Formats: sequence, C-alpha cells, structure tokens
Amino acid sequence: MIEPHPSPIVRLVCRVAARVIQVFALYVIFHGHYSPGGGFQGGALLASSIFLLRWGEGAPHKIWDLPQRVSFAVGAIGTLIFTVTGVFGLFSADNFLNYSALPLPGMSDAMRHYWGILIIEIGVALAVMAILVAIFDQLMNLQADD
Amino acid sequence: MLWSVELLLYVFLIITALVALEVRDLLAAAITTSVFSFVTAVLFAEFEAVDVGFTEAVVGAGVVGVFFIAAIVRTTRETKD
Repeated sequence: MIEPHPSPIVRLVCRVAARVIQVFALYVIFHGHYSPGGGFQGGALLASSIFLLRWGEGAPHKIWDLPQRVSFAVGAIGTLIFTVTGVFGLFSADNFLNYSALPLPGMSDAMRHYWGILIIEIGVALAVMAILVAIFDQLMNLQADD
Repeated sequence: MLWSVELLLYVFLIITALVALEVRDLLAAAITTSVFSFVTAVLFAEFEAVDVGFTEAVVGAGVVGVFFIAAIVRTTRETKD
C-alpha cells in the first residue's frame, strides 16, 4: 500500500512525466532497428513510467493499477510472442529466429526481416515491462488483486 | 570528446563511488549509486557504445534506483554498522 503524495504539484508532474516517458518508450521500441534502443530499453522505460505513477498516485489505484495477476499474464504473453516467432523459423527453415520463414504473404525477405524484428521487440518489451513491475510489487508487498 | 571533460567525468565517477560506499544515510547511498550509473552511461556513450549506454541509463539509473528506494521504504533508512 503506497499513499498518494500529499502535494498536488508532485502528482501532476508524475502524471505528465509518465505520459512523456511512455511516448518516448514507444518511439524507442518501434524505432529500435534503425537506432540504438529496442525491446529491452523500451520495456524498462515503460516500467519506469509505471513506477512513477505508483509513487505519485499511490497504489493500488483504480486507474493506474496493474495487478500482479495481469502483470504475470502480460509477461507470459510477451515470452510467448518471442518463442512462437523463433520456433516458427526453427521448424520451417531449421534456424531459430529465421525471419525469412515467417508466413507474411507478398513480402520480400528484407520486409520479412523488418516485421519479424518488430514482432520480437514488442514481445521483449511486454515481458520486460510486466516482470519489472511484478518485481516492484513483490518488493513493496502490493497484492492488489487478492 | 575533450580530454578534460573525460577526466572530469572519471573524477566524478570515483567521487560518487566513494560517497556511495561511505555515506551513513542509505537513501543518499541509493541516489549516489544512480548518479554513478548515469556517469557510467555518459562514458559508454562517449566510447560510441550508445546501446550499452542507453541500457545503463535506463536500468542502472532508473529501475535499480527505484528498487533500492522500495527496499529502503520496506526496511530502514539508517545503517547499523
């Protein structure tokens, strides 16, 4: 249980800064194959924005809540996205994470690599964000759902 | 980068590490560890390892600092030794 911060200025800054961090995290994830950054860094930035909301607005909170059950499920979904994409290449083209084997119709190999890396990075970002938030909730003993 | 700026960063790195080891207040130690990570990130970026520096800035200066502060909130702020 974290109390909301008493000062409205601190809470407003936490809300606004968290939104800015989230937009930058999405940019880092979706621009990760051209520039430094990628799934791990973007996921850690998303988790940082959720930490900021937890400290500012208090937790559990009815809008900003990400209960432990949901965060474990999101982490599992991210891992599943990564694994399914990788194993698909393993079974169709005998290499793990072979993006050329992805079933994307009407695309050249370069475009298949492009979309494959994007899917992998979205999965990594989801898993990293959810598991970091779950670690924080365990540290603060926040059992929001039960 | 200018060699003088780099030397300043190294000096600052050593100072923050010593302060984080020696200070009595654990919250100050956690914040100083975050500052240490950030200076390390700037040095990594200066070595043209921007990806490593970015990871260090996000994880070392952001997430680990939050975890340390959470641990201090759940336990105590003063060292016993």
